Amino acid sequence: MNFDKQYYNIGFLDQLSYKDTFVHKLDPRAKIITTSLFFFTVISFSKYEVASLLPFFLYPVLLMTIGEIPFMLIFRKVILVSPFAVFIGIFNPLLDSGQVFIFQGLAISVGWLSFFSILIRFTLTVSTTLLLIATTSFPGVCHGLRQLGLPSLFVSQLSFLYRYIFVLMEETMRIVRARNMRSYGERGKDMRILVRIAGMLFIRTVERAERIYSAMLSRGFQGDMPSLKRYRIKMADVVFTVSILTFLYVFRLYPVTRILGGFIQGVFS
Amino acid sequence: MHMADALLSPAVAAAMWAGSVTAIGYSSKKLKQNVDNKIIPLMGAMGAFIFSAQMINFTIPITGSSGHIGGGMILAITLGPYAAFLTMASILTVQALFFADGGLLALGCNIWNLGIYPCFLVYPLIYKLIAGNDMGTKRISIAAIVSVIVALQLGAFSVVLETLLSGKTELPFGTFALLMQTIHLAIGLVEGIITAGIINYVKKIRPEILDAVSFSKPVEASISIKNVLTAFVIVAVVTGGFLSWFASTHPDGLEWSIEKVTGQVELAEATEGIAPVFRGIQKKTAFLNDYNFKQETGGKLEENEAHAWPGVEAATSVAGVLGGVIVLMFISFIGLGIRFFKKR
Repeated sequence: MNFDKQYYNIGFLDQLSYKDTFVHKLDPRAKIITTSLFFFTVISFSKYEVASLLPFFLYPVLLMTIGEIPFMLIFRKVILVSPFAVFIGIFNPLLDSGQVFIFQGLAISVGWLSFFSILIRFTLTVSTTLLLIATTSFPGVCHGLRQLGLPSLFVSQLSFLYRYIFVLMEETMRIVRARNMRSYGERGKDMRILVRIAGMLFIRTVERAERIYSAMLSRGFQGDMPSLKRYRIKMADVVFTVSILTFLYVFRLYPVTRILGGFIQGVFS
Repeated sequence: MHMADALLSPAVAAAMWAGSVTAIGYSSKKLKQNVDNKIIPLMGAMGAFIFSAQMINFTIPITGSSGHIGGGMILAITLGPYAAFLTMASILTVQALFFADGGLLALGCNIWNLGIYPCFLVYPLIYKLIAGNDMGTKRISIAAIVSVIVALQLGAFSVVLETLLSGKTELPFGTFALLMQTIHLAIGLVEGIITAGIINYVKKIRPEILDAVSFSKPVEASISIKNVLTAFVIVAVVTGGFLSWFASTHPDGLEWSIEKVTGQVELAEATEGIAPVFRGIQKKTAFLNDYNFKQETGGKLEENEAHAWPGVEAATSVAGVLGGVIVLMFISFIGLGIRFFKKR
């Protein structure tokens, strides 16, 4: 994995979250709740379900378009992390070889259905996760989690982690660059060197944490991280949550796709 | 290896989330009681350290492939179990949100697999036992290597169990387990050696840090048999709870109760709890029976012969494909429409 690219990626998602669209302005709690229910709905379908999953693309598409998030960014990330799901799913067509007719005369193995089902679920969940962070910002999510009742110690620690990632990654980037410039080919990339680099980084990290703590103490830190941004549940949040939940409910219980397909078929025959 | 959303069933995801959130709450409470706030920035910085260290790739000997470290054990050894667990949980959260490693629903599983085992089982029961108190280099190395391997084996096995309980893949249990355990044995060995190396390096260069990091020492000291037992009880209750939940309500393929609303009416009668609610809904949705959605019984397939696909009528499938195309076109239309109007 390319180091600079990783770093750039985190930074880019972070930047996107500072936009000022309707989705960005929603309360983090509303987005966290609807997104988790969206996940549960998506994975609650039977493993051979393909058609009924398709309408659910509406949710990420809405987040993406209203939130003005570039499509290619999300698409590339989904492709990047897909190998695991593909690896687990690709055996289904081989192992589950029952036949199912798609059209008259055209039959495929049932396993293909479950394979596509896994891929669709995967795309839905991964893209929505990335969109959640791109439209809410990490501090926003942390704040939402805090208000939803997660322990404050855990949440403030989480926001600390997020801040330091940028600092430490820059430091690591410098070290790795220095190593790469001094090592030709594979020299200097063995485990002994790694252990020394990581050990050094560890020591610097601890020292940094101590400095930060003193600095925080002198600024009146008492164990909690208050946020300046005030969040209140507005009408828009309620409307958003209720309409998404209705959407999930309807499309979970009614196979709208097939009804629609059947209707069109009826019209043309 | 991270668990992924797409492979999970809601029941497994919910059960693992419940277990992990309980552990987060418990650890936060314990930490609040035992240590001062100094631990908070340290935990954050250590989390970022693991994050950065993961990105230094290196060459694995013999194989020549490149790998990176995981880090659960380093945290447990330097921060003590509670702080380490919370740090690991937050690392996994950031990974899930930014890199889509796993995903939000699978996060519960991942925190369990990569956090609970190293911090609450392996650290007190294996690492402390082997490393003892005198902290000799050799003992630390052996303890670290063994602990990392055991922790990864437990984690990998949990991934196998969670995947199979969710019933989304056709991989046979034996093959999948064998594959995962072997891969993770190799990974564990490498990571164990690195973990041991880092701990010993820090001990050699700046020995006082390992003691200084001991603002979590009070916690480590208080890890007694009682705490370990508590952890075990939590594990037992959670696993027992969600296994019995399956046993009573999801005898087939562990599908969600909702499944029975649309398809398997006779099974819905047998279930309790959530089922009666859905039975009411089902009456309202009864007109759907005209469409004959036989696919819903798919969950039962595993037990039957592979070709026992219960007669899917070609007509309904055509309707599915046709409807799917229309729905996708409709959604893209909405998306493009919004983009278009936003640009103006």
